[in-house]
Amino acid sequence: MSSCALNAELPVASPEDLATICASVRSGATPAAVRVEAFLARIAQHDGVIHAFNEVHADAARARARAIDKMVASGRDPGSLAGCVIAMKDNIVMREGHTTCSSKMLANYRSPFDATAVEMLYEAGAIVIGKTNLDEFAMGSSTENSAFGATRNPWDSSRVPGGSSGGSAAAVAAGFCDAALGSDTGGSIRQPAALCGCVGFKPTYGRISRYGLVAFGSSLDQIGPFATTVRNAALVYDAIVGSDARDSTSADAPCEPLAPLVDRPLASLRIGVPREYRSEANSPAVAQVLERAISAARAIGAEIIDIELPLTDIGISTYYVIAPAEASSNLARYDGIRYGHRAKLSPGDDLEDLYSKSRAEGFGPEVQRRIMLGTYVLSSGYYDAYYKRALQARRLIKEEFDRAFASCDVVLGPTSPVAAFPFGGKTDPLSMYLCDVYTVNTNIAGIPGISINGGFADEAGTRLPVGLQLQAPAFAEETLLRAARMLEIALA
Amino acid sequence: MSAAELTSSELTSKEVQHVAKLSRLAIDSACVESMRSELTRILSHIAKLQALDTDGVEPMAHPMRLTNRLAADVPVDGMSIEEFLMNAPATEGRFLAVPKVLADGGGA
Repeated sequence: MSSCALNAELPVASPEDLATICASVRSGATPAAVRVEAFLARIAQHDGVIHAFNEVHADAARARARAIDKMVASGRDPGSLAGCVIAMKDNIVMREGHTTCSSKMLANYRSPFDATAVEMLYEAGAIVIGKTNLDEFAMGSSTENSAFGATRNPWDSSRVPGGSSGGSAAAVAAGFCDAALGSDTGGSIRQPAALCGCVGFKPTYGRISRYGLVAFGSSLDQIGPFATTVRNAALVYDAIVGSDARDSTSADAPCEPLAPLVDRPLASLRIGVPREYRSEANSPAVAQVLERAISAARAIGAEIIDIELPLTDIGISTYYVIAPAEASSNLARYDGIRYGHRAKLSPGDDLEDLYSKSRAEGFGPEVQRRIMLGTYVLSSGYYDAYYKRALQARRLIKEEFDRAFASCDVVLGPTSPVAAFPFGGKTDPLSMYLCDVYTVNTNIAGIPGISINGGFADEAGTRLPVGLQLQAPAFAEETLLRAARMLEIALA
Repeated sequence: MSAAELTSSELTSKEVQHVAKLSRLAIDSACVESMRSELTRILSHIAKLQALDTDGVEPMAHPMRLTNRLAADVPVDGMSIEEFLMNAPATEGRFLAVPKVLADGGGA
């Protein structure tokens, strides 16, 4: 792909305060319809190059904005996200338009229902502007695995936006929306947020209903928001958090609104920095931004504690057993019978040919690779050596985090060992998997993690955003977001 | 097979074809070798797990301590037949159409 200098003509989204904007819509001062038109114009002008969207829902977004403005005019309150324009990862189902998972398998799929997170956004007065591109079925770290073409990084269009939620991250970074939703199975919200210079927040497993999120790794998957600031991410999170009768793994835990709390600095903050996160494998840009953040944290009075997480390195091996195992089971539903792609049969073909030809035609190479890997590690003779052992490693990783959080409130490190890399830069699947080294253990342990923009640094002669990740104990979202907000302000 | 017996991550072409069959993926024979070498490379990395001391560690399949959650026994509207069939690749009336499952002339 050729590079075009978008940096000059596409200044990345300015961090406007979403609560202020929504208050203005609720008061009638800012019509939602005007906001939607401005975003649609920006998308029309720039998304031909960026390709953040698989589908833009212009008519539906306009209709919804008119309905919100009418509510305001008649004295009713549309909700906390009134007029907030959201982009939706295309693996979260909506009645409107298609839900493709960026796969040929689901190219024409239309959902008969809305995901719980989508329903909750509507109830809060938000407007969904379209569906964003992803690595097919959320499997990848660059969005290059999309069956509909890659998304480009708004900071440098010759580079990837990260993945799998690359479309959502690019949409927020390019100013195509106020915020976006993504899904994170091993870093798919945090890593693209890091590479696109925005905020990406993966809550504790179970915080947000997975009902209507197309399943990949069911014990790892979690929906979460992208936004331009921690404060804005908190406002979107508040609208979609909570237990759901339709997802029996959703957490029945207290969830008071966090947006009003994030600007309160913590009276004391102990930040653990694992030795393993200051790895020589980090690029110079990433290392520089991390050290700068540690100094900035010290300057605002945080206590920096050197800790050790020796199992960091075993995370990739553990993840690439558990996630493909769960995927091989979840993706068994795509059989060409009830929905999805069905192959044309040749004379003599039987039902099994229908399954195996439909799946081979519908799934791309990375999805097939992961189904094969998952089937292999679960197969007779290998189950104990791979799958059971990975589940034991999972417990050890979780216990290692538990011990770490006895001495610190949050863990700080880079989100990704590298900044945005060029298209085709990682052709070997394993080298792509290794990009996830700092993010997979968050999902393995089920704890919350957030990536914020740590600033910019030169990577191979290009000035690129570098993400910083904070992790906290399960259900400690308040601490996590308040700490992230402190760091965000300290680094601004 | 116990962990101790797992000495090599090297897959054979035959194993790749077997796993493809279990996965219901019609893999082109020209792709078997590339799939074999990629999977072998990934499995060699995953083999790091074998060095971990997991004696007596209880496997953890899920991050939450889950118990069965019971819903109130109240009927709710399900999906209509029209909604169910709207994504079907082939239908006949109110039914999903599939290729013939039983061979001509009798039951299996």
